[in-house]
This record gives sequence, structure tokens and C-alpha cells, in this order.
Amino acid sequence: MRFFEYESRQIVKAAGIPVSAHGFARTPEEARRIAEEIAAPVVIKSQVLTGGRMKAGGVRFADTPEEAAREAEFVLGLEINGHMPRGVLVDSKVAVKQEFYAGVVWDGIRKQPVMLFSDMGGIDIEEVAETHPDRVGRGHFSNLTEVSDYEAKQVIASIGVTGSALTRATPILARLARLFVRHDMTLAEINPLALLEDGRFVAVDAHMDMENEARGRQQTLLKALGVGDEETRQAREATPFELAGEEVDAQDHRGVAGNVTEFDGNLGLVIGAGGGSLTLFDAVRAHGGKPANYCEIGGNPSVAKACGLAKLVLQKPGVEKIAVMMSIVSNTRVDIVARGVIKACLELGYDPAEKIAIFRIPGAWEDEGFKILKKYGVEYCDRSVSMHEAARRAVEKIQGVAA
Amino acid sequence: MSILIDETTTFIVQGITGREAVNLTRECLDYGAGAQIVGGVTPGRLGRDVHGVPVFDTVAQAVEHHGGPIDGSVVTVPPAFTKDAVLEAIANGIKLVVIVTERIPRRDVAQMVEFAKQHDARIIGPNCLGIIVPDVIKMGGIGGPAKDAAKAYTPGSVGVISRSGGMTTEMSSTLTAAGLGQSTAVSIGGDAIIGSSYAELMPLFEADEQTEAIVIYTEPGGRMEAELAKWVTENDSRLPIVAFMAGRFMDEMPGMSFGHAGTIVEGKADTAAEKIARLAEAGIVVAEEISQIPDIVKSRIAERSAV
Amino acid sequence: MPGTFIDVDVDPAVASDPALAAKLTEVCPVDIYATGGEGGTLSINEGNLDECVLCGLCIDAAPAGTVRVVKLYDEGAVLSS
Repeated sequence: MRFFEYESRQIVKAAGIPVSAHGFARTPEEARRIAEEIAAPVVIKSQVLTGGRMKAGGVRFADTPEEAAREAEFVLGLEINGHMPRGVLVDSKVAVKQEFYAGVVWDGIRKQPVMLFSDMGGIDIEEVAETHPDRVGRGHFSNLTEVSDYEAKQVIASIGVTGSALTRATPILARLARLFVRHDMTLAEINPLALLEDGRFVAVDAHMDMENEARGRQQTLLKALGVGDEETRQAREATPFELAGEEVDAQDHRGVAGNVTEFDGNLGLVIGAGGGSLTLFDAVRAHGGKPANYCEIGGNPSVAKACGLAKLVLQKPGVEKIAVMMSIVSNTRVDIVARGVIKACLELGYDPAEKIAIFRIPGAWEDEGFKILKKYGVEYCDRSVSMHEAARRAVEKIQGVAA
Repeated sequence: MSILIDETTTFIVQGITGREAVNLTRECLDYGAGAQIVGGVTPGRLGRDVHGVPVFDTVAQAVEHHGGPIDGSVVTVPPAFTKDAVLEAIANGIKLVVIVTERIPRRDVAQMVEFAKQHDARIIGPNCLGIIVPDVIKMGGIGGPAKDAAKAYTPGSVGVISRSGGMTTEMSSTLTAAGLGQSTAVSIGGDAIIGSSYAELMPLFEADEQTEAIVIYTEPGGRMEAELAKWVTENDSRLPIVAFMAGRFMDEMPGMSFGHAGTIVEGKADTAAEKIARLAEAGIVVAEEISQIPDIVKSRIAERSAV
Repeated sequence: MPGTFIDVDVDPAVASDPALAAKLTEVCPVDIYATGGEGGTLSINEGNLDECVLCGLCIDAAPAGTVRVVKLYDEGAVLSS
């Protein structure tokens, strides 16, 4: 889950890393008050969970509190990449001598976190790594012992930083590494880390991403930040259709009907599980089909859950037919899913044979499942028909001959 | 032969009294020659048995009861307890740990993996279905009940490595239908950090005489394919590799996660398109559809033997 | 009312026996049976009939032939235990 900049700054500050004087405002009036307190020129920064706010005009400068209020009003009303800001950060405009970068990420290949440090801050670190690899210091550290300051020092010194800049930046990078581990972050980044004219370092922007799986054990942090359980912080906000999908999943504890995601096509998909859904969604598109949704059924759902999901998809505006497809199942049962999707059709007054374009779920209890499908005249196939072929047949039923 | 496990392998099931673990135990006991599950561990349940497998409070008790080192463990305990269970297994001399549990934070996974490395142990998973050597043994829920697993998997010369448990079976079944059996199929798990990646299993398949080709299932997210491509290039592998990439649509939706926890396009290197290019550069054929895999495998094996 | 796919047929003698009703309630993994009848006798949760997983535990729990699980999609075939 992503944190807003104002939250990231709180996290960084709590870890003992200096930040520039700032405040979070939800109204122009609050922005004015913070600017008054800072009593110096300020920067007004849109608080959105998306990149490119500078380009979009979501970062403004103000010399007086009145100007700050005006700029805040503008930024608060500015939509960026489809996101309305949650508020603005009113930040003191610091006298920067040089911009650095400090970050910590996971290295999935080495299976260790890695500290990154660069003297080319303020720009995208991936870009720096590509164009000036010698200007990015890297250091992996152990998962089993707490990172020590010297490890951070080595990383910083490796790109030629010395003198007081080295001694002052070292604890900052080390603290960032420790907070990364302590708070189950997947990304902890200070960019820019500003070296001021007076020789101090302050974090001028910070970006934190925490692992969803760790939300349970990071409750203390989330509470301190005022982040409620209902805030999913996904890359895009859930649509009513997607929220209804979550409700279907939550109605009982048997099985999963997860990751229901809305698209705008005419072929509804009741597909599973993780890898199978990815494969089938690609397959439908490869044959020129237009999926109305994505989903992942698995873990042996109840008839009611399969039925609920199928109903939701069938009722989605624009959906002409549904395709019920999975890779070979060993835990989820073919007959249970068959019952669920047929029931959904019947309860909505549809003929299953007409509405279900194809049923391709081979595996556990398939003989029983196929009996059910046969009785209702639904076209079904076993494992001898590939996932791609099944998808092709489904597309063909809606669009005529598929691509 | 096979990799990782064979008919002599002994293992335990940690969390054996859980509902899914009870099924998994049954399946493994029924499959092939019948797995040698020498014990189960659930704290507080000492003295019970699950399908005839004795239950202990600690791994140490299981080892003592067995009277010698135990080869492996299948871990099916809830996410909050998984790390502890895995450390316990490794500290008690177990060298192969299959972690079934999903939704484990990566800090925990990374700690387990580093601990395993220090103790010369190997982790498969988390969030995986385990390992199967067709007609011989399965360790984990892979393939499901014995009779279903027997339908999909047959002995042969193809090594299968997959980030998706279900797709391991789908691909193996497709190979089986085309007359291509499997030497060993490994469900490695779909998380961002896993115990054993493609590249880390390749040396084992390389050393296995029975294996003549590798089939992998992969997804967007992470850099494991780049690691594999690098390994193949640097090691002049004798094994042709055929890959299938699912989730190509995700390239258009950065930041969204589908399928498995590790499946998310965060950077350029994460995309399906980029990965396909990397694999192709290393001479790995990427099939457009699963049904094409058997023919590609056959022709690649024929090419290799003609050289 | 039967379900769309499944019906159960229980002999009156079993249905009126609170002990057997309790046993059926306990064994069914999808809560088809309940002891909602008068004096703890058997009642059927009709809404759950279609959730039947064909485990046969109810058939085993009652005297032979007194509980029948009917597969309505299979020309009324009866599940054997």
C-alpha cells in the first residue's frame, strides 16, 4: 500500500531523519495558517497517490500566506491522472546546495534489501542508474541482523562522497534502511535528500510503499497515521462493480472469488485461479474478444459464491454472455462451479445454454459437473480442449468467427 | 531420476491437523509409491494421528521418533507462524522445506531464505503447491488427490518449473497428452521473493540425466526471468527451455496486481514484453499458447540431439 | 421444496427422532440439516440443498436406506454411500 507524501514524511521523521518544516492542509485556510507559522516562502504540493504532479501543475510556489492560500485552493481543485488530491503539503522552500537520493528497495534475486544512494537527486533514480551507473551506490544488507551505520557509510563513500556530507548522510541512510525493515516497506525513498547551504541534510520529499500482507502487524503505524482498514490504496480506486465483487467474496468463507476487476467488454468472465485467470484473460484478448471483467475463482468456493459472482457478471451492463473457464482444478470442484453458474442464469431468468458461451473446467469432480452441464445444454469441454481454444470458442459465439 | 525428492525421501507436515493439511497428507500418502510422511507437527497436539501419521508438538520430537535426520517438511501453518515453523524445521536439520502458506510478508520470507542458506537448506515457495515426481512421490498438494494427479502427470524427460501451482498441472497435463512425461515438476510459488527461482533449480535439472528439456510458466513482475536468461547464457546449458508467459495484458496496467502477490508491473523490467525479449535473447522459446508447448519441446530436443 | 440440483429425502421415522436429527445436523458440512422441528426434530435448510458436496456422511449417519440424497440433474439418481 502506498503512503501519501505527508504520511511518508511523518514516518521518516519518526525514524529520526530531519525533514524540512511543513504541514498538511485540507483547506486554503489551513494552508495559510501553516505558511504563517513557517514565516518564509513555501511550496504547495498536491497530495495524490500518483506520479507526475509537477508536470500536471500540482506543485506551486508562494511567497506570502495569502498567496499560499490561493495556490492551495487551486491545487486542491486540480485532478491529477484521475485522482483528486487528499490535501496539500505546505513545505518551506529550503536553500538547497545539492540534491541527493537515498532509497531502500528489495532485491528479489538476492533476496535481501538493498540501500541506494546517489549524488544526483531530484530525478528518477532508474534514469540515473541507466545514464550514470557510477553515481549510484548500492549495498545489500542481511535480513537476520540489524543494519549497521558502517554499511550505509560504505554505500555513500562508494560514489566518492566524503567530508561532512558523508558523516551527516550516513545515519540518514542507515535509519531509512532500519525503518524499511521495521515497517515492512517495499520502497522507502527520500528524493530529493537536500544538502542545505548550512551543511545540514533534510528530506524534502519522501515516498513509502508498504507491503499489503504486513498491514496486520503494522497496525500501530497505520493507527498513528490515521489510515483505516477500509483504505486499500490501490493504484486505482475500486468501482461499484468491483466493490460488489468484494461483497460476493465476503459472503462466506468457502473459497475465493477475488480480484474482480471491471473492463468494458461484452464477454463476462468467470475464471480462475491465479495463473489460470492471467492465461485465460490473455487468451480471450488474443482472439479479439472483449472481456467485461477479470476475476480469480479458487480454493473450492461454495455454490452460492460461484452463483453470486456469475450473477454479478451477468448483470453488468453490456455483458452478452459469460465464459466459465479455468485451468485443471484439483481443489475447486467442477460440479460445484457448474451448479453455481447455472443457478445464476436460472435465477436471472436466462437460459444457461444461451448465456454460458462455454464451460471449460477440467479436474476434480468433472464427471459429476459434466452431467449437470449436459442436462442444461451448456457447451462444455474437458482437458483435451486447450484454454486458448476454449477462449476462442467463447469469443466466436459472441462475435462470429474469431480472430 | 528426479530432482529434490525421490522414493527414499522422508518428510513431515507442519500444521498437519489443519483442514487443508489433512487432505494434503492423504493425497501424498496415496500417490505413487506412497510418501514416507514420518510425522506431523502441531503444537499442543502431541499423541494424535492424521491418517496414521503421528503428531508431535515439536520438530525435534519428530526427528527423535524417526530416529535420524528427516529430509523435508511441508509447512502449512498460518502466515503469522510460518517463519517460526520454518526456522524450527531448519534448526532441526531439515534440508528441504516446502512452504504452502500464502500471504507471508517478504521480510519473513527473506529471513527464512537467509537462514536456510546459512544451514545449507533449500526452500520451495512460499505460496506454492510443492513438488511431484510422476508415479513416484509428491510433496505438497500439487496435482490434487492421487487419482487426479495420476491423470495429469506421467514419468518422462521434461522438467517443469512454474510460478503458478494450478498451471503446473495444466502444462504437465498438456505434455502428458502429447506423450511427453515429466522428470520432476516444481511449483515454485508466485510471490515477489521465493526460496528457489528458475535459475536456482536449473543446476539440479542440468545434473539430472533423465531431464532433456525444461518448460516454465511465468508472469509479469520481478526479475527472475532475467536471472534465468543470464544463467542459461553463462552456463551453456544442455537443456532447451520453453516458456509460457501469462498476464501480458498487465503491461497496460502498471501498478495493478493480478494473479499472484509478485505479479505487478512496477518498472520497465517487470513487463511481459521485456521479459519475453530477455528470454528470447537467451535462446528460450516463448510459446504463444500452452497447446504449442509439446511440439516446440519435441523439436528442440531433436535439434539438440542432432548437434 | 427441493433445490435446483439436489434434494434429500428422509424417512419420517428418522426425521421425528431428535437424536438422529442432531446427528445429521452435526455431520453435514454444508448445514442442510437442522434440528428446527418441534422438540428438536429434523428440519431442512432448503436454501442449502444445492450446496451439497455429495460426501455421503448423512447417509452413513442414519439407518441404511432412510436418508436418500437425490441428484436432480442426473435423472433422480440417488447417491450411494
